[in-house]
Amino acid sequence: MIFAMLREAFAAMAANRMRAALTMLGMVIGVAAVILMLAIGRGVEDSVSKSIASMGSNLFIVLSGSSAQGGLRLGSGNAPTLTIDDASAIAELPGVVASAPTLPGGAQVVYGSANWGTQVNGTTPDYIDVSSWGVASGAIFDDSDVRGATRVAMLGQTVVDNLFGAEDPVGKTIRIKNASFVVVGVMNKRGQSLDGRDQDDTVLVPVTTAQRKLFGAQFQGTVRFISVKAESEAAMPRVEDEINALLTERHRIRPGADADFTVRNLTAIAETAAQATRLMALLLGAIASISLVVGGIGIMNIMLVSVTERTREIGIRMAIGAARTHILWQFLLESIVLSLVGCLIGVGIGVLGAYAVSHTTEVATIVSPMSIVLGFSVAAGIGVFFGFYPARKASLLQPIEALRFQ
Amino acid sequence: MASTPVITCRGVVKDYLTDAGTINVLRGIDLTVMPGEFVAIMGPSGSGKSTLMNILGCLDVPTGGQYVLAGADVGTLAEPALARLRNQTIGFVFQGFNLLGRATLEDNVALPLVYARVPAQERRARARDVLAKVGLGDLSRSFPNKISGGQQQRVAIARALVTSPALVLADEPTGNLDTHTSMEIMELFAALNRDGMTVVVVTHEPDVAAWAHRLVQLRDGVVHYDGPVPEQFRKAS
Repeated sequence: MIFAMLREAFAAMAANRMRAALTMLGMVIGVAAVILMLAIGRGVEDSVSKSIASMGSNLFIVLSGSSAQGGLRLGSGNAPTLTIDDASAIAELPGVVASAPTLPGGAQVVYGSANWGTQVNGTTPDYIDVSSWGVASGAIFDDSDVRGATRVAMLGQTVVDNLFGAEDPVGKTIRIKNASFVVVGVMNKRGQSLDGRDQDDTVLVPVTTAQRKLFGAQFQGTVRFISVKAESEAAMPRVEDEINALLTERHRIRPGADADFTVRNLTAIAETAAQATRLMALLLGAIASISLVVGGIGIMNIMLVSVTERTREIGIRMAIGAARTHILWQFLLESIVLSLVGCLIGVGIGVLGAYAVSHTTEVATIVSPMSIVLGFSVAAGIGVFFGFYPARKASLLQPIEALRFQ
Repeated sequence: MASTPVITCRGVVKDYLTDAGTINVLRGIDLTVMPGEFVAIMGPSGSGKSTLMNILGCLDVPTGGQYVLAGADVGTLAEPALARLRNQTIGFVFQGFNLLGRATLEDNVALPLVYARVPAQERRARARDVLAKVGLGDLSRSFPNKISGGQQQRVAIARALVTSPALVLADEPTGNLDTHTSMEIMELFAALNRDGMTVVVVTHEPDVAAWAHRLVQLRDGVVHYDGPVPEQFRKAS
């Protein structure tokens, strides 16, 4: 019975090939758009979450405050108020995994005949823990290097690529600002940050070395910022309060006076970025699903025309014994077949389109099985939903009136 | 002979509500058709013969009176049961053949069996059987628009017979055919009747009615004459 009716549904489509194809086109475009948009959305979301993961999680950054001298107010981070001791004190706070003082500065790095302008970060070994950044080869300098302000350096991948090429840099001597440094290790490749900065374009040196031998004159004994990693996301609000209290006390900030430091929750900022991309992905999907609905309306329109055209056929079928449910199912099956076949083609085009976007643009699209299942079931649902009204209309025809219809 | 009538009409009334008021198309029809009879229903335009046909065929329900078809009181039945009666108990033959153009002759004939939930294998076998019976066994794969009107009407008769109904109802079955083909179709009905099939034909042509054994004439919604076919009908043919 169901096979006979399915065969009839296909026969009815075959009898009106052009019309069936155009009707399906609506579904094809709708499903392809949904799958493609979800794939692009997922791709963008994925690249953002990768950036966030590479940045490290549960991060705070403590910036020194702004300084004002003779009416000239400089931006935050310019007042030399944070010290290495501040960082050590923060590391002792409950809920803090590690904290790393950082003193960044631009410098020209030279190896042999090659040279490369990059950012040199003076920091401590804890920087590895705070930023969840791995070491590719060699080893990070240790606390004794920090105490002794030795001239050792860790290189990011981009610096290695530009100075050494294929050569192994560990153990080689480079020159930073005309002082020679021994390369003790190379960091893992980390990729872009959220704002598109190359995180691998950096050199790490002991913070004391940076203070005394590279950027000494401006920052006597101080650092630009301190990175702090909390043990969990839940602990972050408490840790933020504790850092504030600790530094207020250490810097002897009187009640009511402006603090000379700022604590920023980087994870919250990253979360906001992630949320924005999720919202964008959702929006893309929502807009695409509107085209699915439009495709469904196209099916309903054609099915209504089809019912009117075939009124006489419906009358004949009723006269030879078709019950109302038979007629209902016949037309319902037709619209389901129309939308499912259109959907299959749409899935194909959507997946191919996502593949093409991946290969021609920078967006690495991700087609999730979920989106195919979703597109498919929504299309089937639309077939039933928009097919039901015309099918019901057909089934409610009076046999004699349908037979008289010319 | 079985003693239960195939058709029993007791005071069947059909009114239509129009803007101009109620129109009484059938004003109390009493009619009994026994198994194996060959009845012709005649009457001028507006006499109600088409309406009676629709009621006999369960395509329409009477507004009053009682219609019993093969033991079932049609007035008490709901739509699914009526569909089943149309499918199993009645074979319909129309003036305009009413075949489905997209389907092969075999599929056309087998269609009532689809609604009767007969398995595909058996459907095909039975459709071929009746097509052979009406003399079109070798055309089962053909399409309706490829064959003549007479052949189309034979296919329609095959479709009416395929469920082995208790009654074949024919509404002006020769109205679209030339005289020669008409006679061939009537011969087919006569042959079916000889095999025991109950046949009711609505017509306005005396030479078609002449094939029947009994004539029912309607006038203004009532039975005006019910008896043997008059001799002058046969002379006309």
